[in-house]
Amino acid sequence: MPLQVLVVEDSRGDIRLTREAFRDVNPFIHLEVAHDGVEAMAFLRRQGAHLHAARPDLILLDLNLPKMDGRQVLALIKEDDSLKNIPTVILTSSEAEADVLKSYQLQANCYLSKPMHFEAFHGLVKSINDFWLTKVRLPENDKGDEAEPGAQSGHEQGPKKSRGTKSGGTRGNDENDGGRRNAH
Amino acid sequence: MPLEVLLVEDSPGDVRLTKEAFNAANSNVRLHVATDGVDAMAFLKREGVYADAPRPDLTLLDLNMPRMDGRQVLARIKNDDSLKTIPTVILTTSTADDDIVTSYRLHANCYFSKPVQLEEFEGLVKTINDFWLTTAKLPHEALTAAVLPESAKSPAEQV
Repeated sequence: MPLQVLVVEDSRGDIRLTREAFRDVNPFIHLEVAHDGVEAMAFLRRQGAHLHAARPDLILLDLNLPKMDGRQVLALIKEDDSLKNIPTVILTSSEAEADVLKSYQLQANCYLSKPMHFEAFHGLVKSINDFWLTKVRLPENDKGDEAEPGAQSGHEQGPKKSRGTKSGGTRGNDENDGGRRNAH
Repeated sequence: MPLEVLLVEDSPGDVRLTKEAFNAANSNVRLHVATDGVDAMAFLKREGVYADAPRPDLTLLDLNMPRMDGRQVLARIKNDDSLKTIPTVILTTSTADDDIVTSYRLHANCYFSKPVQLEEFEGLVKTINDFWLTTAKLPHEALTAAVLPESAKSPAEQV
């Protein structure tokens, strides 16, 4: 099962750039997009059209969004016992210190500001992939309880899932990883 | 200005390896060490011998430690309005799913299991340095001290 990333972003241009950058750095990522905060919460709570939405392994959250802004989305995620352990990375054009501070106060897992230039943005997506989706240990256990009906993702695959995905697909261009997990 | 990193780790060997790896990765990092959870909280709250301790830009926290374990330290950091904004990275030998899930529930910023091999450990410290101390935007200490949680949005609006 591929790693699931939810991008909460209203800018069509940024959505497109994010998709293209992920396609380049790790084609095994499954990217879903919510275009505003209300849609993001419906996706995460599997409401309405999102009844069968997969639980994301990582959320990339813009701050300035229509309908419900990213600060509210972040607060709702981090107050919800079933959602709070999904790593939520703020990815925004804002560099305001107050936004950085407020995001960490609301328990954002980290804060990244979007670079202006395409190459730098591409590099940032690669950093996110290499760090959050490759090196970091992501929580797995909850997925078993909340997997889609019929998905039958057994618990025994839990701790190996992200590694399996990587080694199955991108080991060739992942020079830094060097198979360190194989030590265990 | 140096970057202040607090390492909370009871294993002298791992402390030494982490110091050496940071020396190699970023000479601008000042590494401080607390050897158990009680020591860590005293450092963060500037108590006793730590009256003049700097506020860490990043905390690396082991889970299994004497006196007060890393889960308790994490819970205290993330429930304290003046400390919760310090990015706190779990760095532990544990690979147990329960530890990973519990850490994220307690609002750990991220979780790493320590690699066994030396080169891999050095690589991990470099990864942490490159991401947290170079790529990520960290909260600004002066603002953290000056701005109350409720009014964190207002300074931008007042300008």
